[in-house]
Amino acid sequence: MKLSFSPEDEQFRKEVAAWFADNLVGEFEKLKFRGGPGDEHSYPEERKRWEQKLAEGGWTCVGWPEKYGGRGLSIEQQVIFFEEYARAGAPGRMGHIGEGLTGPTLIAFGTEKQKQKYLPGIVSGKEYWCQGYSEPSAGSDLANVKTKARLDEATGKWLITGQKVWTSLAHESDYCFVIARTDPTSSAHKGLGFFLIKMDQPGITVRPIEQLTGTAEFNEVFFDEAVCEADDIVGQPGEGWKVAMGLLGFERGVSTLGQQMQFQNELNEVIKAAKKNGTASDPVIRQRIADAHLGLKIMRYNSMRMLSGNAGDGALQKEALIYKLYWASWHRDLGELAMDVLGAEAEILAGAPYELTALQSLYLFVRSDTIYGGTNQIQRNIIAERGLDMPREPKGSGR
Amino acid sequence: MEFAFTEEQIMIRDTASAFLAEVSDSAAVREAMAGDQGYDQALWSRICEEMFWQAIHLPESSGGMGLGYVELVAVLEQMGKSLLCSPFFATVCQGANAILIAGNEQQKQHYLGEIVGGKTATLAYTNSLNWDLNAVDASYEQTADGYVLNGSYRYVIDGHTADYIVVAATKAGGDAQTDMALFIIESAQAGLEREWLPTLDQTRKQAAVHLNNVRLTTDNLLAESAATKLQQIIDLATIALAAEQMGGSQQVLDMAVEYTKEREQFGRKIASFQAIKHKAADMMCRAEVARSSVYYAACIADEMLTSGSLAGELTEAASIAKAYCSESYFKNAGECIQMFGGVGFTWEYDPHLYFKRAKASEHLLGNPSFHREKLVKLLLDDNTSSLELGVAS
Repeated sequence: MKLSFSPEDEQFRKEVAAWFADNLVGEFEKLKFRGGPGDEHSYPEERKRWEQKLAEGGWTCVGWPEKYGGRGLSIEQQVIFFEEYARAGAPGRMGHIGEGLTGPTLIAFGTEKQKQKYLPGIVSGKEYWCQGYSEPSAGSDLANVKTKARLDEATGKWLITGQKVWTSLAHESDYCFVIARTDPTSSAHKGLGFFLIKMDQPGITVRPIEQLTGTAEFNEVFFDEAVCEADDIVGQPGEGWKVAMGLLGFERGVSTLGQQMQFQNELNEVIKAAKKNGTASDPVIRQRIADAHLGLKIMRYNSMRMLSGNAGDGALQKEALIYKLYWASWHRDLGELAMDVLGAEAEILAGAPYELTALQSLYLFVRSDTIYGGTNQIQRNIIAERGLDMPREPKGSGR
Repeated sequence: MEFAFTEEQIMIRDTASAFLAEVSDSAAVREAMAGDQGYDQALWSRICEEMFWQAIHLPESSGGMGLGYVELVAVLEQMGKSLLCSPFFATVCQGANAILIAGNEQQKQHYLGEIVGGKTATLAYTNSLNWDLNAVDASYEQTADGYVLNGSYRYVIDGHTADYIVVAATKAGGDAQTDMALFIIESAQAGLEREWLPTLDQTRKQAAVHLNNVRLTTDNLLAESAATKLQQIIDLATIALAAEQMGGSQQVLDMAVEYTKEREQFGRKIASFQAIKHKAADMMCRAEVARSSVYYAACIADEMLTSGSLAGELTEAASIAKAYCSESYFKNAGECIQMFGGVGFTWEYDPHLYFKRAKASEHLLGNPSFHREKLVKLLLDDNTSSLELGVAS
């Protein structure tokens, strides 16, 4: 085991930090620490320009292979990049779905034509993607997708009909990848297809969902015979589940260190508030702040284990299996701590009608962390079944 | 950065696991814990002669293997898993560390050589419920030909059986921060009185140690102005204890999962019920997070022992690991009893051994509240320390 980075990597860290110092200025200054989860609705146009600024510097898709326009960074350098990105306070990425999900999926499963058509727009920070997975009746039970894809014999195009939900940034996106049923007689994970769909067309309606924060980052997306070009299906009809699950495996945890840097910024705000209002001397609050601090430190150590890949063990990466449950629960607790540090003052809004302070927004938004991307309950099922080889629950009669 | 065991470290761990499965099964633990000595002398000899674990992180110049804390922790984790009853923790993680940190070259040569040869040792410092340096209330006075020590210690691990005891004492009328000294005392020393304290957790023995006008020479003095050194020794011991706790936390998870996969009620294995699976998932989460905290702390211990750039993180890493692993082990051990149901409440089944060891280890060297308060002092009360998430460099 070795904790330190090589001198070359430390030099790289300096280069990255310097680039942010030089470029996160002027019109981008106001974006600092903005646009993260809970704040994704803020400054969309400016953040799109920021994506293009990143692209000019060669700082989009840093982990992609160079032949697809990426930077081909090592794991260590990706870690450094994401840490410095967050440390600089650079804004929440508008392009993260394209960069983190669409791109790697196409690189792994896409045709040459699909790669040529879609990857450059992601690398240049000019085309944005959203994810069409969940549906009203396919939440935790994701395979229960009802959206249908019908091949129109006359035009040779796919026609998509159905409803997706919890689609973040749908109203800002150029494309959506969608899983839909190609075989109407199929059920569960069989008979699905994985489609790349242009958002700007008559068959698609986007409706924002007003959240308990009073803001709207998530949307409902309605498809009414929305058109998908014949060669914009990834894999064969019926292989959609395989492609969709492969995509979930691309997140190896590199960006988690950037996420933790954002958590650190939030914790620092809580500590600042506690020092300012005197709760820093309350023994119970002190214990809870210490717990938040040590919990975040260990989150980092856990990510370092994930990234080092459990070399030689050959076993399942247990530290990766627990990661979502752990960070979501930690973050939820931080939101509660923030309010308890502020006390009665936590009630007072930044302004009418419902303008939240940063800590209020944190407190409310973290309630989604333990739900999206697999609820805590689903995470526990996955941990028990994959990590501990415990038996699956018998299926309900409907399936 | 490579935060994973090397091939060699995996081999050390697996060898330890295989050996302990053979020599420290439930029957062996129960036999060893029954008496006041608390361990099987023949097994201790095998550990020292065949496995050479007592020498893992000791320098080659003292007859040790010259490996690091990561290797030591790999073995401690397995000891925690199997509830090994032995003087290993007190001897290596307390006594030997004290000599390593505070002794001069000659003392290291001699005393560490004795430990490599199979002698046992321990560390005595607290006489209260406190575990920091202020807990030392024994004192020493300098005389023409040496020192006279008086005072008492409590919760001294294996204090009644150890061949050597490293004791902390402050100069009479002095201050813990400036006037702390560490001495090494042989078990036959005149004026040394040792009293076994029977404990709730029988797998690790504790003693009270009294010094009644104990006359020592300068040869017994390990270090004066030793407050910083004592803290380092305590931190190293704390990391070692956390490693044992993490192993225990993993073991009670493994036991509970295995049991629930066998046990049937309502016509199903109870492991198929979500109420059971979710408990097990939380236990695995706690065990894995504990593991991450321990591996990191072990790397920091190596940084400290080799004067690396991250050496300054020692106290923080030790407190993080101890706070987390204490709760991880205790909660998991409690859940283990619950998942075993009625038989979990019997003396015959093993969960209670772990449950008791977990609480004993939680209190030893400071409970989670103690360590959290230590951490928060750095964050809230000391403006010189950084709030930044540490970046290894």
